[in-house]
Amino acid sequence: MKVTLLLLIPFCLPRGSLAGQALDPALLTKPATDSWPTYAGDYSQRRYSTLTQIDTTNVRHLSLAWVSRLTAGPGGGEGGFFGPPATATMTGGVAENPVNIPGSTSGSPRLSGSILQVNGILYVTAPDNAWAMDALDGHVLWHYWWKSRGGTHIGNRGMAMYGDWLFFETPDDYLVSLDAKTGAERWHREIADFSQQYFSTTAPVVVGDHVLVGTGDDLDAPGFLQSFDPKTGDLQWKFYTVPMKQGDPGLETWATLDAAQHGGAQVWMPGSYDPETHLYIFGTGNPTPAYTAMLRAPRDVHTNLYTCSVVAVNVDTGRLAWYFQTSPNDTHDWDSTQPSVLVDGMFEGKPRKMAMQASRNGYFYVLDRTTGEHLLTSKYSDAANWAQAIKAKGQLVRNPEKDNTIAGSLVSPDNGGATNWYPPSYDPQTGLFYVVVRELYAMYYLTNKDPRMLVGLGGSEQDVVGSLGTHIAAIDYQTGKVAWRYRFERSAGGFGGGTGLLTTAGGLLFANDGSGNLVAFGLKGTQPLVPLWHAHIGSIENAAETYTVGGRQHVLVTAEGALYAFYLQ
Amino acid sequence: MHSRRHFRFLGFVIIAFAATMCAPQPPAQAPPRPASATQAGRGGNRAPDYPVRPPAPPEQVAHGQQVFKSNCSFCHGSDGRGGETGPNLVRAQLVLADQRGELITPIVQNGIPAQGMPKFSLTATDIAAIAAWLHSQPLSDRGAPSTLDILVGNAKEGEAYFNGAGHCTQCHSATGDLAGIGARYEPKTIQNLIVSGGGGRSFGRRPAGAAPPKVPPTTVTVTLLSGQTITGDLDHISAFVVALREPDGSYRSFARRDSIPKVVVTNPLQWHIDMLPKWRDSDIHSLTTYLVSLK
Repeated sequence: MKVTLLLLIPFCLPRGSLAGQALDPALLTKPATDSWPTYAGDYSQRRYSTLTQIDTTNVRHLSLAWVSRLTAGPGGGEGGFFGPPATATMTGGVAENPVNIPGSTSGSPRLSGSILQVNGILYVTAPDNAWAMDALDGHVLWHYWWKSRGGTHIGNRGMAMYGDWLFFETPDDYLVSLDAKTGAERWHREIADFSQQYFSTTAPVVVGDHVLVGTGDDLDAPGFLQSFDPKTGDLQWKFYTVPMKQGDPGLETWATLDAAQHGGAQVWMPGSYDPETHLYIFGTGNPTPAYTAMLRAPRDVHTNLYTCSVVAVNVDTGRLAWYFQTSPNDTHDWDSTQPSVLVDGMFEGKPRKMAMQASRNGYFYVLDRTTGEHLLTSKYSDAANWAQAIKAKGQLVRNPEKDNTIAGSLVSPDNGGATNWYPPSYDPQTGLFYVVVRELYAMYYLTNKDPRMLVGLGGSEQDVVGSLGTHIAAIDYQTGKVAWRYRFERSAGGFGGGTGLLTTAGGLLFANDGSGNLVAFGLKGTQPLVPLWHAHIGSIENAAETYTVGGRQHVLVTAEGALYAFYLQ
Repeated sequence: MHSRRHFRFLGFVIIAFAATMCAPQPPAQAPPRPASATQAGRGGNRAPDYPVRPPAPPEQVAHGQQVFKSNCSFCHGSDGRGGETGPNLVRAQLVLADQRGELITPIVQNGIPAQGMPKFSLTATDIAAIAAWLHSQPLSDRGAPSTLDILVGNAKEGEAYFNGAGHCTQCHSATGDLAGIGARYEPKTIQNLIVSGGGGRSFGRRPAGAAPPKVPPTTVTVTLLSGQTITGDLDHISAFVVALREPDGSYRSFARRDSIPKVVVTNPLQWHIDMLPKWRDSDIHSLTTYLVSLK
């Protein structure tokens, strides 16, 4: 009976070309089931799927549906003598002499972003590269390669979709729009000044008629979020995350206007969206100079807004609604760009609409997402040793002895943070917020006494000198307490869980164990994790995603330049 | 004995940290940071990430510095990195965007009265030379080696800690494994080694100099259901597999499920790991000064 059903369903369901490729905007506000239409599956960034076909009782039968290995660069279409027919690569880009970067212009791409799945087609990115693939067998439909003029090629977090149109960012600061059907370029727009060393890695997010675009910078240029018209590519608004002129709010939190204008606060990760309030809620990066406050924050009042903050901007106007600064006047490069996960639930006996973030600094924050009111701060990394007090509104006060010092300070987290870009997950069935925690220690040395030389990331040396390992922590958002910690094997090396998490209504949590395994754990209330299934596929590069295609729930993840899809045979 | 014990320490870290360092890093915006923002930090020999202007003739750069000193340094500092009233020009957004003085020239010739900058009647040649000099200056010291003296601790207190509260003498000896350590490594390396026991980035960005101390490996004992035990150097371990090398070099691996077989990992650097949350920086600094004195 079951077998018959499984055989029939693929032929019955509309897919791909039958249904048309356009994205139904309504999908974006619902939890993903038969698609993965935006960076985190939906706008809440919970990375929780309501799918139940794969559950704790049958996950041990999960097996490979297909694997598809990709090649970056001008030769990046699939194909070979014994393989499927080759797919032509379409080329874009403005560089006359494109830089040669392995993983971008050739070789195995770094697939560390989210992969969209809409109507049976996958949309995949790596720096300077985009592919469309059939979600049923991984067949490449088209490949697009962007000739790069350079920029930091650290990763690309994926595409956004509007109707039949796709959007992604390039390391050399362009927003590129492609036709989803063909991969043909519609237009490209320069989104940041390359000479200021901006580089762009994040996935855009489509909200209504807005393409929300962040970018990054490791020098000391000012951060901003921009909104573009998906049709024309015209700029709709630009929100600076630091004061740029006299009279701008927050200027009083900087030593000088010049310091603010070089203050950083990059928007290098996608935000969440609350359709009720029209608020786009995103995190901002560290202040610059990153490792000393001398020039930008000589006094206590200089908190350097809106660096290291959770910021809510109205998507229609581009204006600030509220902010909460998680690390006032940060000196460790621990930005707050981690996902703000939107949760509706009880807090202190009352229903609340919340945004919650496990920040790179080792602390967990719960905010009212309508007003920005602070509800809770708790420490989720026991190792974090840099704060000496928590202020009334839940903000941490740095211990100056744990700054970068000439003699050296032993500090946790290390530069990479207690967590980082990799997505956490919130499971409404358990009410727990799951996050991967790194507990590394580094000696932080100040290497120059002249603050004027400490531009951007200058002036510091950080030597990692120890680790308590990595683990998954399950945080009860109502108390801030950690219900359990699942510790990855220490000497396995790698970085357990360090590419993000996924939970499902089937009672499962999918994680990368840092030893090359994708692991499915069973979740039961607040009981500790139990591994139920695993597959060794090598160095895993992104968070697992799930959706139904061809009538079957798939789990999709990337490792070493290849996509792996799993389902129940 | 002492030296053997000491050297038993570092092996684990080389396994654990080599893996930590080499495995996919948790990028910050981008850690590990490249050595310099203007140099290619990743992926070996390749083009710089960001545009590099062709170097200007040295005489033009020297002339530019001269003109800058006599006209601009009063406000912007003799090195152009900001003074009492004028901002840092080396990394000013306009200067970064400028190629050969084309953006700087109108500012210099017209001034910015609203911000108190007067106009200067300099020639286009002079301004182009100023631009060439500004562009020749490094944007920051990111990745540059430090020359600052880290030794602030008290050697006597460090010695007392070494022989007392720190319990260092359980494994180490100032006349054994650590004899002359102050002559072998620079102070920062010694300080990092005190915390790590070895490996990791104890050697930081500096040239290593003396070879890192050798540490014996982490060992593992696997007890099968039959009661048989197998002991060796840990190769790798996950929730699903444990693998080891037996003393004769044989590689063996075992499936793990529901805590079977029993696995006991012995890490010779455990003391250093256990100390991580407990250290006081002042003790680290004193110990460093003491060990540096062991020439």
